Formats: sequence, C-alpha cells, structure tokens
Amino acid sequence: MSLLLKLLAQRIALGLLLLFLVSVLIFAGTIILPGDVAQQILGQSATPEALANMRRDLGLNDPPIQRYFNWLGGLLQGDLGTSLTSGKDIAESIGKRLGNTLFLAFWAAIISVPLAILLGLIAVRYRERWPDKLISAVTLASISVPEFLIAYVAIFFVSVRLRWAPSVTTINDSMSLGEKLHTISLPIAVLTLVVLAHMMRMTRAAILNVMQSAYIETAELKGLRMFTIIWKHAFPNSIAPVVNVVMLNLAYLVVGVVVIEVVFTYPGMGQFLVDHVSKRDIPVVQACGLIFAAVYIGLNMVADIVSIVANPRLRHPK
Amino acid sequence: MSDKLLKVQDLKIGATVYPPGEKPHDIEIVHGVSFKVEKGKVLGLIGESGAGKSTIGLASMAYGRGGVKITGGEVWVNGRDILKTTNSDVRALRGGEVTYVSQSAAASFNPAKKIMDQVTEAAILQGKFSKKEAERRAVELFRKLGLPDPENIGNRYPHQVSGGQLQRCMTALALCPEPDLVVFDEPTTALDVTTQIDVLMAIKEAIRDTGVAALYITHDLAVVAQVSDDILVLKMGDMVEYGSVDQIINNPQEEYTKALVSVRSIEHAEKAPTPEPVLKVQNITARYKGTNFDVLKNINVELHPGQTLAVVGESGSGKSTLARVITGLLPQSNGSVHFAGRDLSKDLAGRSKEDLRELQMIYQMADVAMNPRQTVGTIIGRPLEFYFGLRGAEKRKRIVELLDEIEMGEGFIDRYPAELSGGQKQRVCIARALAAKPKMIICDEVTSALDPLVADGILKLLLDLQKIEDVAYLFITHDLATVKAIADSIAVMYQGEVVRYGGKTDVLSPPFDDYTDLLLSSVPEMKLGWLEEVIANRKMESAGN
Amino acid sequence: MRIPIAALIGLIFTFAYFFVAIFAPWIAPYGMAEVVSRDVWLPPSSEFLLGTDNLGRDLLSRMIYGGRTTIFIATAATILSFTTGSILGFLAAVLGGWADQAMSRFVDLIMSIPSLIFALVVLSVMPVTVPVLIVVMGLLDSTRVYRLARAVAVDINVMDYVEAAKLRGEGRGWIIFREILPNALSPLIAEMGLRFIFMVLFVSTLSFLGLGVQPPQADWGGIVKENADGIVYGIGAALYPAVAIATLAISVNLVADWILNRTTSLKGGRG
Repeated sequence: MSLLLKLLAQRIALGLLLLFLVSVLIFAGTIILPGDVAQQILGQSATPEALANMRRDLGLNDPPIQRYFNWLGGLLQGDLGTSLTSGKDIAESIGKRLGNTLFLAFWAAIISVPLAILLGLIAVRYRERWPDKLISAVTLASISVPEFLIAYVAIFFVSVRLRWAPSVTTINDSMSLGEKLHTISLPIAVLTLVVLAHMMRMTRAAILNVMQSAYIETAELKGLRMFTIIWKHAFPNSIAPVVNVVMLNLAYLVVGVVVIEVVFTYPGMGQFLVDHVSKRDIPVVQACGLIFAAVYIGLNMVADIVSIVANPRLRHPK
Repeated sequence: MSDKLLKVQDLKIGATVYPPGEKPHDIEIVHGVSFKVEKGKVLGLIGESGAGKSTIGLASMAYGRGGVKITGGEVWVNGRDILKTTNSDVRALRGGEVTYVSQSAAASFNPAKKIMDQVTEAAILQGKFSKKEAERRAVELFRKLGLPDPENIGNRYPHQVSGGQLQRCMTALALCPEPDLVVFDEPTTALDVTTQIDVLMAIKEAIRDTGVAALYITHDLAVVAQVSDDILVLKMGDMVEYGSVDQIINNPQEEYTKALVSVRSIEHAEKAPTPEPVLKVQNITARYKGTNFDVLKNINVELHPGQTLAVVGESGSGKSTLARVITGLLPQSNGSVHFAGRDLSKDLAGRSKEDLRELQMIYQMADVAMNPRQTVGTIIGRPLEFYFGLRGAEKRKRIVELLDEIEMGEGFIDRYPAELSGGQKQRVCIARALAAKPKMIICDEVTSALDPLVADGILKLLLDLQKIEDVAYLFITHDLATVKAIADSIAVMYQGEVVRYGGKTDVLSPPFDDYTDLLLSSVPEMKLGWLEEVIANRKMESAGN
Repeated sequence: MRIPIAALIGLIFTFAYFFVAIFAPWIAPYGMAEVVSRDVWLPPSSEFLLGTDNLGRDLLSRMIYGGRTTIFIATAATILSFTTGSILGFLAAVLGGWADQAMSRFVDLIMSIPSLIFALVVLSVMPVTVPVLIVVMGLLDSTRVYRLARAVAVDINVMDYVEAAKLRGEGRGWIIFREILPNALSPLIAEMGLRFIFMVLFVSTLSFLGLGVQPPQADWGGIVKENADGIVYGIGAALYPAVAIATLAISVNLVADWILNRTTSLKGGRG
C-alpha cells in the first residue's frame, strides 16, 4: 500500500510543480513585450511625466523576478490583478464567467463521456462491420473540421433553417435550468460532438486492446457467455484505460470551449480571454491563461492518478 | 466405438492471410486431419511451427483463434459433432467437457482477479459444482500439483506468483470442472528446464489420478514421449505419422519422424585444450548501473582457438550478462578480459577496430538482429567494407563466397530479411559474423528460437564452419542437448557464478554438484519411462533425507 | 506498386489542392481583394461561381487565394515543427542521459499548456504577422513531433541490429542515418501528414479569432469570420471553407494511413 501512496504523492507534487512552472512560463511569455503598457493605458497624448508615474505605479520598473513574485503573491491571495483596458478587478469579472464556462463544459462532458464509451463498445462489438465503419467515418469527418466551422454548420441548419435552437446564447440568472439548457443546447451539442469525435477513437482502441488480451480467450474457452465475459473480465480491466482516455480528451474541452464561446457569443471565460488578447490586455491574458492551464494540468493529473490506482500490481504488491 | 471421447474426421481449417502489398486472401492451413482419443488416454500432437497443432487442439473445442475458421470435416465429442451443434451447446462443452491449458499462463490469467476466482469459475458456471465444492476441489488440485501453501495460494493475484506456479494453477483451472478431455497447448515450453520437469511431473500425476483424457501439444518429442499413449506427427497441416508412442519413438517409419527422433544426436569429439587460450576471462565481477547486487561473481573461464566453450544456465544465471561484459557493452567492476594476447578495454569505446573485428556476435532473434531495410547483400557486405575496405566487384565476390559457405546462393543478395525463413535469417547472421574473419564468435542462444530440425541444421553448419575457418565459439545456451552435441568445454552457471567448469566429458560425468545434478536430470530424454524414473528417484531422495 | 482506392483518392485530392495553391494567381478568375460587385452576398452564378462575399468580392477567388495562404502557412509551420522535433527527438534518444532528461522535461512543461491557449498568450504580446504565426505554431507543435521521434528512435535503438552496428564500431553518424532513420521514416512521414492537418485547423482557428492572418489577406478562417454575419440571414457563404478544409484533411488522412500500413508490413509483421 505504501508504494501506491508514494506514487500518488509524487504525481500530485509533480502536478503542483508543473503548475508553478507554467505560471512562470506564462508570465515570462508576456514580458517579452515590445510595446509599452503605460503608453497603451494613457494613450498617445500622455506626457512623459505621466508615463513615468504610470510605469512606477504599475511596477514596470522593477526587475522581472520581483514582478513575477508580486503577481504570484497576488494570485495566491485571490487577487488576479486589474484589467488594463477596463480598469476592473479581474477576479470579479471572471467569477461569473468561470461559472458559465464550467456550466457549459459540464453538460458537454456529461453527455459525451457515456456516449463515447457506448459507441466504443458498439464499434468493438461490430468490428470491421458497417456500424464500426460508419462511426469511424463520422468521427474522421468531425475531427477534420475546426470546431468553429462545425458550429456554423450547426447554426446554419439547426438555428436558421429549422429554428430549433437559438444561435446567440446569452444566459442570465433569471432563466430556469430548463430555459438555460435550451438556450445553450446548440453549443453543448457542438462541443459534445467535437470532444466525442476525439474520445471515440481512443475509447475504441482501449476497449479493443482489452478484448484482444489472452485472458479474454481463456474466458471464452471456459464457455462463458459474451455478456459475462465483458462484464466480469473485460470491464474491470478497461476502467483504467478508458478513464485515462476520458481525462485526456476532456482537455479538448478546454480548448474547444474557447472557440465555441466566441461563435455563440456565450458569456464565458473563453470569450473573455479572446477579447482581451486582441486588446493586448496582459493581466487578463495572464490570469485566464493560467486558469485554463491549471484545469488542463488537473485533468491530466487525474488521468495519471487513475492509471496508478487501477494497476493491480500496485494495489496488491508481491 | 463407445469408448471414443474425441473423434476428429478429415478436419480442414482455413485462415485469411494479409501479404504486404497484396489483397488479403484465404488459404487452407490444415488439410484433412483425422485422429481419435479414448477415455483416459493421452494423444500427443507433435510438429514444428506451422504444423497446425495448436489450431487443431483449439478446433477440438470448436474454437478458431484470430480469424481462423474450420472449413470442413467433423469433430465428434461424446457422440455429437460439435461443429454442427448450437452455440449454447458449444458453450456448455467448453469449460465443462473439454478444457484448455495455454502456453502462457501469465497472459491467460486476468490480472485484476484472484487466482481462486478464476480457477473455479468454469466449474461453478457450468453448474457442475457449488462454490464451496469447487473451492475445495481447487485446493486439492493445488496440493496434488505441488504448489506451495495450497490452502491460501488461491487468494493471491496472478502477478504475485511465479511463472511455473502459475502454469500449475492453469492446470488446476482446467481440471477443476472434472472435464472429460484437457487440451494442453505447449504448457511447459516457456519454462526453464528445472521448472519444466516439476510441472511435467505434476501434469502426469494429475492425469493419472483423475483419469482424464488429454491432447498434449508440443514441439519437443522427448517431452511428449513422457506423457502420451499415442502420438500424431504433423507437418504444415498434414498428418505425417500416427501411432502408439512406443512405435513412433522406437520404430519411426517416415523420414520426417526419424529426423525428429534423432534430433540433437550430432556427435562431436571433444578436443583437448591448447597451450594458449584465445579468450581468458579472469575474476570478472559485474553489476548493472543503479543496482546494488552483483550479476556476475568472480567468473573464470577460458576458450581455446578453434574450439567451443558452452556456457549453460537457466534464466537469471548471468550467461547473457557475461557476453555483454566480454563485448564491452557492460564494463566489469572487477577482473579482466584477455583476448588474443592482449587485454581488452572494459568499455566498448576504448577498443580498437581490430579488437572489434576479431570478436563477433550472433543473436538469438535473427528477425531483430538484421536491419529490415537492408538487403542480404548490404548486411553481409558492410563488415567487408568497414574492416577490409572491400568495394565493388571484389566485395561482391566475397559476399557470394560467404553465401556459399552458409549454403545459400547468389540469388539471395538482393532479398530482404522479411522474405527469408527463420533458418535462413540466422544463416545470414552467421555469414555477417564470418565476414569479419573473427578469431572468436559469441553465439547467444542462436538456436533457441528455431524449430528443432532447423536448429540442427544451424548447429551442423556452425561445426563445419569451425573446422574451415578455425574460429572459436562461446556458445551460450540453456539447452543441454545442444551442449552435448557441440561443446569441447562446458561452464555451468547458476545465479551469477560458475558452479562447474571443465572439459565436456569431465563436466558431464558424475560426481555432480547439486545444481548440475538437478539440471542434468531435468532434461527430458527421448526414451519411454524416463519421467517415471525421475519421479521415482526424486521420491527416493526426499524420503532418504 | 498497387495503391488502394482510398489512398489514391487522397493523393489526387491532396495534389490538386497544392496545385491550386501554388498556381493561384493564374487560376483565380479575379483578384484577391478585388471588389467585383456592388451587391454583397450574391448567390452563385455563372459569373461568380461561388457568389460574392460580404464586401462584394468574388468568393471563389477569395477561396483560392485563401487556400494558398492557409496551405502555405501550414506547410511552412509543419516543416519547421517536423525538422525541429525530429532532430531533437533523435538526439535525445541517441544521447540519452542528462541531455535527454533536460529536453524531455522541458517539452513536458510546454505541453502542459494547451496549444491554443499558449498561442493566444504569446500572440497577445507579439505582432501578428505571417512569419510570427509560422514560428509560433511550428515551435509549439514541434513538441509533439519530438515525443514521437524520440519514442520511435528509442524503440529502434534497442534493437539487436543497432547493437550489432555499435559492436562493429560504427560511428554515431552511421547509426543515426543508416540504421535508425530508414526505419523511423514511415511513422514519421505519416505523422507529418497529421501535423499538417492540425496546422491547417490551427491557423484557421487563429484567423477566425482575429489573431491569425489579417485582412485583407485571404485565409480560410478569415473568410469564415468575414462572412459569419450572413449566417443568420441564411447566407451560406461562411460554410465553403468547411468543405474545403474537410476535404483536404480527409485526403491527407487517407494518404497518411496508407503510408503507415504499407511499411509496418515491410518489417514482416503480419503474414
């Protein structure tokens, strides 16, 4: 048991270290700034003294390392900084939006994960026959087109022609859950399709790998029914690889959600980030970038932890 | 007629092949095979790879592995043709009347479930025993099969027991539901020879105690002679000879059978040591980086020019590590290696081109020992370029000479390794080694991955080449029959030490140290009743202690 | 050499796309930013085969020039990603030890941030020009190629034939170029196709978000952005790039699959 705990502790420590290093990377990435932040805020007609004061106030004259630790210190206390363009506190602006993004991502995940596993099972059961080939063709087509295009195709046919769901998806607290879900049904559907397409190929591969193991043949030669074989032998050994696949592919959600929010003008963090990149609002970009990266790292970490815990050699050492 | 448990009539089996660059098509791999097994009798299915023995064994359970289909014939089990019954009848047959023991128990056990669950699963699900009864039977079988701690071993997971023990657990799994017939598919092939004999004994006694009938599949005729009543010899999906074990072993009729029976009976007179050895390994001690125990402990052996030193040991003995030290891939922590009158640098980097040229190596798996993207000509030609600067017509002439020496012709120059058979691949590797005109060649288990008859061919070739080229061999192997056939001197290794060393006759004559005794007595001999003798001897020894 | 139908179709389409991209100025009926009509969003006609776009420009010409831009950027980025990733990956596998550890840990770090996010962060401070796009996309993606190249090289490095070459005394150069590389080529080339597709999708996405190719230069992602407003009026102009990208991606996929299958069999794997 202690080997297992040791490995878990190591992986979690690694995750935290990564997060720290990523924050350094993001901060460093934005410091190679050719332009002048003070200039951007005060505009072209600012006087040299005003610029110098602004630079001092913003701490731009401090050495980079100190600036980094100031930023990091703020982060750890929940202070994400102030937006350059709007002057508002970033943490406040993000708060609501983060909730919205998570809401959207949550529903997409809830639908796509069971669907991916189900389709993976079907594809393996009917391997090389028409259901498998059909599923493969559809997923291939889905991952060959960028998410924003799938979104527009969906809007064109579902929203405009069929009028089943809205294309502008601003939601607010006054809506009931049902209303909210209907409003964002299209973004959820598109996001689900995108994640599903990536996930499906890998769940199929993971399940196939298990089904081709020698111990499955042994079970068949014991005269067990296919259902019993799948339930008692294949399933317990598939949990780890499938969860792994799921976690790794939920990372596509992190990226997909950014684009989807822009297409559907959904008030989430993705849209917030993209807006402020064009405006070169560095503090916002740093904060949002870090949050997205943290989620991504977290998902990968969970995937690794599941792999470790599910390994019978580690749970029951010699 | 009523005593016939299994009757196979004109069985034909086909498979789909996928040759590279062509369309996949179907071929027949078993061409009409017929045999029968009576209650309580054992039929041995023997043949080399490609004979179809595993396929036939699985077909007697109406099973085809990986796209293999039964295309014709009848398989009668207990009075019904299982090729024509319903699916549920076939399922009832499997695990109930006929059970299966696979070659690799390690892969055949579900890593996520306890051993006991898996051993009793078929018995319970086929409705033959209740859970309690099945578990009791299992423990009894564990005891009979000689497993340690039979009461509790079932509570372990597969990765917590050793390979030999797991193989016995698989046998228990097959016997638990009280079947009529057990198909043993190469059950001891993957085991060390000292483990193999234990498992063999256990299987033989279990068969005798339970009175079960069996199909015993193997490529080792000596092994099958110990457990079978009848033998069916197969070659490339055809029946070659079918008769009682006495007739096949002592009076084989067909040429192929005769060849199988006389395998490894090459005679080789021992040569006396010369004054100057070509290789002298002194006090070698070595360990792998990052570990804290010695893999080799104080090794001292010599090899004389034009002779063969056989280094014999099982897995973990350190014999392959010794080769790595001698070639410089693993620097020793202590001791020295003298070669052709000079000290060899510990490290590969410190050796001269002459050092490297005069010491060559041939590997166990010829498939991966050759670059698949290079032609035979390139493979053999490279040492000629690299060591002797041969080019063009001169180089080609020498390549053809070497191809002749390995009994393959000029036509092979432009072929790729994937187009060659197992034996041909190994021959090309031999030619590559010879091209350097070495003083010594290390042969690392070069025949272990080959079929017995092909391996014989390679050994004869190596002996002939030794006479012609006067090259010394350090022959690493786990197979004592090979050792007897080609060695001049022998070193027996066990857990990193040389436990016995000297000329062939000396080493193979008693009195023996414990390990060599165990090793020599564990090698199956091609004679009936050998296993019973060993069992009797071992019982006497443990009774006497 | 027999090529299966699927791969053949893939090859034909891929060549067609590259052909059009290279000879765009001679193939496109009108100029890239030429306003040809006062009417925006005209439906397809014999004069304008795909109709006009949001500013009255010929959509077909925009698509052709857009293909040129997108394919050019994707190709350049792929070449950069591929050469950087492969060379470093091979080196890491062959050198081993500290060099390998350092490079691999650094790559792990970069891969901890999703590519799009990382690109957005960097593009918020760099000027958004084509060279910058190529370098950012190429370097970010080289991490994936690094991992693959390293894994392939490590697999090959432990083969007995590589050890046999080392024991012969062959130098590093021979081992890398004559032993490892020929056997690493096919999985790498197949991967190159997949990276190319990824680049096409990536640059289109960035342009769509306004952070890629800037107008008036045409690019498939940009075309979608420009014509997106028309969607609510039932104007399908923004969807043409979808078909273009999908066809190109699927074609390259088919070719990559074929290359991968063709050469695993040369190792004598299947039969």
